[in-house]
Amino acid sequence: MNRREILRRSAAAGLLATPAAGLLTGCATGGGDKGDAETYKGTKSAENPLGVKEDAPLEVVIFGGGFGEEYAKAHEAMYTAKYPKAKIKHSATQEISKTLQPRFVDGTPPDVVNNSGASQIDFNGLVSQNAIADLGELLAAPSLDVPGKTVKETLLPGAVEVGSYDGTFLVLNYTYTAYGIWYSEKLFAERRWEYAKTWDDHIALCKQIKAAGIAPWTYAGLHPRYMSWPLIATAIKLGGPSVATAIDNLEPNAWKSDSMRAAADAWQQIVKDKFILEGSPGLDHKQSQTAWCQGKAAFISCGSWLESEQKDVTPAGFNMTIAPTPSLGSGDKLPFEAIRGTAGEPFMVPAKARNVAGGLEYFRTMLSLKGAQDFTKKVASLTVVAGATEGVELPYGLKTVVKALDASGSNGFNWVYNNYYRKLERNLVDAACGEFFSGRIGPAEFLDQCQKGADSIAQDSSIKKYKRAA
Amino acid sequence: MKHGKWPLIVTFLVPPVLLYVFFVVSPYLQAFQISTTDWLGYSADANQVGLANFKALWHDDYVWNALKNNAILLALVPVLTIGFGLFFATMLALGGRRGRAGVTGVRGGAFYRTVYFFPQVLSVVIIALLFKEVYHPNKGLLTSALHAVGLPAPTWLGDPATAFWCVLAVMVWSNVGFYVVLFGAAMSAVPKEIYEAVLLDGASRFTTLRRITLPLLWDTVQVAWVYLAIFALDGFILVQLMTNGGPNFSTDVIGVRMYDTAFGSETKFGYASAIGVVMFFLTLSVAVLSLRVGRRDRIEYS
Repeated sequence: MNRREILRRSAAAGLLATPAAGLLTGCATGGGDKGDAETYKGTKSAENPLGVKEDAPLEVVIFGGGFGEEYAKAHEAMYTAKYPKAKIKHSATQEISKTLQPRFVDGTPPDVVNNSGASQIDFNGLVSQNAIADLGELLAAPSLDVPGKTVKETLLPGAVEVGSYDGTFLVLNYTYTAYGIWYSEKLFAERRWEYAKTWDDHIALCKQIKAAGIAPWTYAGLHPRYMSWPLIATAIKLGGPSVATAIDNLEPNAWKSDSMRAAADAWQQIVKDKFILEGSPGLDHKQSQTAWCQGKAAFISCGSWLESEQKDVTPAGFNMTIAPTPSLGSGDKLPFEAIRGTAGEPFMVPAKARNVAGGLEYFRTMLSLKGAQDFTKKVASLTVVAGATEGVELPYGLKTVVKALDASGSNGFNWVYNNYYRKLERNLVDAACGEFFSGRIGPAEFLDQCQKGADSIAQDSSIKKYKRAA
Repeated sequence: MKHGKWPLIVTFLVPPVLLYVFFVVSPYLQAFQISTTDWLGYSADANQVGLANFKALWHDDYVWNALKNNAILLALVPVLTIGFGLFFATMLALGGRRGRAGVTGVRGGAFYRTVYFFPQVLSVVIIALLFKEVYHPNKGLLTSALHAVGLPAPTWLGDPATAFWCVLAVMVWSNVGFYVVLFGAAMSAVPKEIYEAVLLDGASRFTTLRRITLPLLWDTVQVAWVYLAIFALDGFILVQLMTNGGPNFSTDVIGVRMYDTAFGSETKFGYASAIGVVMFFLTLSVAVLSLRVGRRDRIEYS
């Protein structure tokens, strides 16, 4: 073997190493299962209904996103005030799935996980692997500071349903979020525009806005699913909540129902008439929201986290206001005021956490009036705790959210297919919305593409299916 | 020397081999094993499913779409990068001819060489974020430049017709600098006399590049080809940060598909490992092929 041969062979061996980046490294299914080793349990009493062991350590992992982590530190302080001997290990990350996946396999997950953000762990996968603890005990426990009521009785309607899978309450969605169309009250007052309650009026208003040299709409072109929200909302208001149930339950042709057709046809108008800010398909959510805050566009679709997300770039006196989607016509089953309100920002206690009782108790602290009020004060968002806004000075946008939710009342609606099947909204409907709102496909093709995505989920036997009652 | 052989082997060869086996080979073997299970990644339970994942892969349109994009990258990124790399390296080493005798580079060659190498110094993440701003549809560098001369601009990363090419351009841009330096170093090993002789025979620059430089640099070009081919089959970081495969999957690559299947919209680690295994064999075949096809006799200067 001469020198050249050696070089060649070592080069070939090196090649074996190079594609290593492409393979998943280091994690194995056979990892030790230490979960049953030792769990912390204390004795239950009236003072301690969940059986917390008072000196057991508690590990909390927070999603370091729009809400920051200060609110969680406050909740942790409340927890240690009650259990001074408990040591809390706090951390915040944006990479929930990558950071925690090995620990789930290893059987040593943290006790509380705020599973949120772009790197959220798919709940379908977690639930089907029984990786999340049942929170039923928490619901039945008495509230920390609302005398005579259980935790469940202090929650807003719908909060338990959203976090339930096949009837078991697994995920605590802590915030209460409204989804709607946002505009600047200041801009509208200056120009003497009035938010339109019907679709025809909305189109007329868009014409007026465009004539004034402002783009009526913008959206997060790189995350176009934001636009699926007002479109689906329009369909539900036309056809009633069963439109949403059908979509959530993956019923055949749910996306091609008459109501969805009517809604898609209507929304195509803003694309056809070029009512969308030029370049929007290339903007991400922050960029489009910033363009909207700068007055380059009049409307944007978003949830009620918008105000705190845009805090740094919103001009003083902008007065952002949320409004329900316009009604299609007098035949709508739900009134104009109906708006999508739902519990969001998921928290969970892993089933194999060592301090499950402590995790539940931490949730009880979050769901106390004091904990909820503190959260609302710190991050300007509503919680699922009823009455927690009393005595808290709310920022302008959030006040309009509270008002909209009050007006919507029992007509409020919601859908959860995005929780059941993350891929369906994040990948498939998202891609279809991108094509539709940039004008490359029409309403029929749009609904076809969504339906094709839903069918592919329905036919995939490796994905666990959930059903919800109407 | 005989008695000194074993201590040398034990101290210098065994530890790296052990590390390699532990950190590279064993994860590989595990990935092969995981790819035959339906492991969902968040518990220790997994069922053997045989080759079901691979069967599903065969019918997965999204995987095929990603593979198609990788194939285009594989065809274009090495050719373009090596082409530009050779061109710039030649100009830097031999391009200057006017008013001077002998073989020299263009004026300010050292400066250009440094500038070309800049992208290599930046982390890929920074390059991706930088170009996201360059491609900003309203106030980005490109759009502003086009608007300034009165031309309409596309939405770059927001349009399936342009997004893929935008990403490809960044891949070439970020790689060229390294190969300019690599080829430059290889060229400096070529004796000046050869070039002077060609010059005296009146060969044009292009002929010199084609007939002299390229054959003499063949080994280096071949190595560059293998590396770039592997890069083209991956391309994960740039795509994930710039477009995450969108719009409408137009920039999707196999690496993003794998990541998304395990850590993104699903938690199917078994299926993702199957994608990884396919990627492994693809990369291996491409590398072996390009070494085989490109084999030529080596020229040694002595």
